[in-house]
Amino acid sequence: MSQKLLEVSDLLIEADIDGVWKPIVNSLSMTLERGEIIGLIGESGAGKSTFGLTALGYTKPGCRIVSGSIKLDGVDLTQMKEPQLREIRGDRVTYVAQSAAASFNPAHTLFEQFAESAVQHGKMTMAEARERSVELFRQLELPDPELIGERYPHQVSGGQLQRAMTAMALGCDPDIIVFDEPTTALDVTTQIEVLGAIREAVKARNVAAIYITHDLAVVAQMADRIMVLRYGDLIEEGDARSMLTNPQHEYTRRLLNVRALRETRKGHDEDNVQLSIENITASYAGPKKNVLEDINVNIVKGKTVAVVGESGSGKSTLARVITGLLPPSHGKIIFNGTELNPALSMRSKKDLQSIQMIYQIADIAMNPRHKIKKIIGRPLQFYLGLTGKQKDERVLELLRLIEIPEEFAERYPGQLSGGEKQRICIARALAAEPELIICDEVTSALDQLVAKGILDLLLNLQKELGVSYLFITHDLATVKSIADEIVVMYQGKVVEQGSKVDILTPPHAPYTELLLSSVPEMDPDWLTNLVGKRKRGESPTSESITT
Amino acid sequence: MLLKRLVLGILTLVAISLLITLGVEALSGDVCTAMMGQMASAAKVAACHSQLNLNLPMHERYLTWLWNFMQGDLGNALTNHRSIASLIGNRIGNTFFLAGLAALVAVPLALTLGVIAALYRNSFFDRAISIVTLSGISVPDFFIAYILMAIFAVWLGVLPAISNLDQSMDLWDRIYISALPVLTLTVAVSAHMMRMTRAAIVSLLASPYIEMAKLKGIRPSRIIIKHALPNALSPIIQVVMLNLAWLVVGVVIVEVVFVYPGLGALMIDAVFLRDMPVVQATAMVFASVYVILNLLADILSMLSNPRLRHRN
Repeated sequence: MSQKLLEVSDLLIEADIDGVWKPIVNSLSMTLERGEIIGLIGESGAGKSTFGLTALGYTKPGCRIVSGSIKLDGVDLTQMKEPQLREIRGDRVTYVAQSAAASFNPAHTLFEQFAESAVQHGKMTMAEARERSVELFRQLELPDPELIGERYPHQVSGGQLQRAMTAMALGCDPDIIVFDEPTTALDVTTQIEVLGAIREAVKARNVAAIYITHDLAVVAQMADRIMVLRYGDLIEEGDARSMLTNPQHEYTRRLLNVRALRETRKGHDEDNVQLSIENITASYAGPKKNVLEDINVNIVKGKTVAVVGESGSGKSTLARVITGLLPPSHGKIIFNGTELNPALSMRSKKDLQSIQMIYQIADIAMNPRHKIKKIIGRPLQFYLGLTGKQKDERVLELLRLIEIPEEFAERYPGQLSGGEKQRICIARALAAEPELIICDEVTSALDQLVAKGILDLLLNLQKELGVSYLFITHDLATVKSIADEIVVMYQGKVVEQGSKVDILTPPHAPYTELLLSSVPEMDPDWLTNLVGKRKRGESPTSESITT
Repeated sequence: MLLKRLVLGILTLVAISLLITLGVEALSGDVCTAMMGQMASAAKVAACHSQLNLNLPMHERYLTWLWNFMQGDLGNALTNHRSIASLIGNRIGNTFFLAGLAALVAVPLALTLGVIAALYRNSFFDRAISIVTLSGISVPDFFIAYILMAIFAVWLGVLPAISNLDQSMDLWDRIYISALPVLTLTVAVSAHMMRMTRAAIVSLLASPYIEMAKLKGIRPSRIIIKHALPNALSPIIQVVMLNLAWLVVGVVIVEVVFVYPGLGALMIDAVFLRDMPVVQATAMVFASVYVILNLLADILSMLSNPRLRHRN
């Protein structure tokens, strides 16, 4: 039979952007065979999610399908009414969302939500659904498959939720599953396990899948075929292996090169310690265990120390301790030879000025009702006493420094893109003329190419101004490109620390090994090989670390 | 935490009793001049004062009252010397009957309308119920009472204009005779509850788990009831409880309009006569209702949140 399972042709989708309908998917076409996995890749705004969701005959609110067809087994979804589409959704075509934590309803147990599609579609009785859930929970390697269904979403971990969502998507034996960045919100080590489980389950059941992601290395592990999208246009399409070895288009090549390693700089005075964290132990209020235990870190002037670890490793708490937001229960912080007061409110203006911070989410770190010039001008006035014309000129100077056009001074944060907003936050930190900047996951909310631009900027600024960075991140690719020194944290303790070369060359501490081996590589066989190695005990796993 | 709320609630009651004392004290005259009229001789008034202990300073009278109140003794009315406990006892049932009946009609009605409005949001139907219910709260309740009276009692003549309930009536007669006050109260409280239900549900409709439910092929009505409503319960409970409290207190005016023998009417009479202990006692009843319902709202909100119900 020549008929394809899914055949999308010349699909044009428009979105309502401030009252004007603009195309966000430009006449894209896609075919999918039974059992085939296609990867849709691109940065935010590429239209990949919008395009992927059309397999369910769904467009997000504020979007509309203008022309084209979506044929599922020859039947056009664009011609269907809502009740007919509801019969397909959750039954023949299912969806796995980016954040399982947000996409599971907090008010119901995992099983109730698992069973809902199947029972509502009249496919199974409650008892059958229960059996099925246990079977699928087991296949996706969830702990306690018989009992985990009775838990509420907040009672299980992020990685487990993502697997439960995949189990839910497999519940009705669908023809197609749409995976929308299913591992983006997870830690690297968790991501590996979820990726492995998803791939096993999908391959074992011969389900076709549309896998949407911004991460080329991840899609390389999952997809048979890849479509590279940008601004709603198709850039390149082809077999996964050949595209990775031989990308045809410049944009694909740039995406592939994001992870390139930069050289280690030398020639700084190693004795010129600027900030020294000595025996810091800290905990939050309440009878809880220590979030940080006996941490010792030195930051040399003009260098970058990267603190790397998964969520819960205590790396952000370390930033809170250094800034004085969370006074430690034990230990001290020495800055330029003198001890800093543990509490923020007791620190001198000079101390406050010397240590600045840049946050993960630029959106909420800026007052949306202040113009850019006010946001950057505030520390100029507060710390340096600049006013009037002097202040305005300095604002423009700072804008040039962060490679932002001067006219942006009159704009509001809402009018800027994600990367531009983060640049403004950098300018605000620089305005205080600090000696040390703490960067808390500053690139993790950004697209890879944009993130690369931000990292380049930070490195250039360091060369020019000699500031030191404490770089907090979970992303090893970032670490590799920016750090001089690396501190690896796990469950509140430092596992390993040293120069970048030392840490990145074997032998590694077991946890560092786990982290490093979990970063997806472009090699399409990487996941298969790694899973094999871990099963044979040649490479550490999360379980072998904790026990 | 609950204990803290409870202590705060009791402190609130004490503060209210103090305010009531100051408020009544600030009114011109007292129970003696009110009973004997403006023309009574100074000697007679003075004799009355000393008989009722009104010549004692205010704080002494207040503290004596508070001491007795805490021991459960509400004292006697100054005017007719009857036991306040029995005065209130007769009326309190009537007031709760009226407020309860109104709640029984208003709460399910408002919640249902709120859910339907959320389901068909921005439709003609949605706008229509919003306009009707909002007009309801924009008009003072005594005015609603007279309008309803004009329509149903005077013009159509189907419902009684005076709700003079008495102990001998059976349940159906009571409901029939209370119909207009119940209707008035329903109009007055439904709007808030309906608007909050709608707003709480609509604010959740953009959440990822609602989109997930849509992509699972779930019917819109089920999405609203099964996926949005349970997560919207907390604000809805708060506003329902606030309105229930208002119902019990709001009956004061409605009772007067319909000559309904409730606590509110008793309170108004007592204020006219400057009968301090009666005013104080009825105020305490109303304040307790507020405090208890708010406490209940907090407990129910907590129970409606699975994160608090199922801790790890």
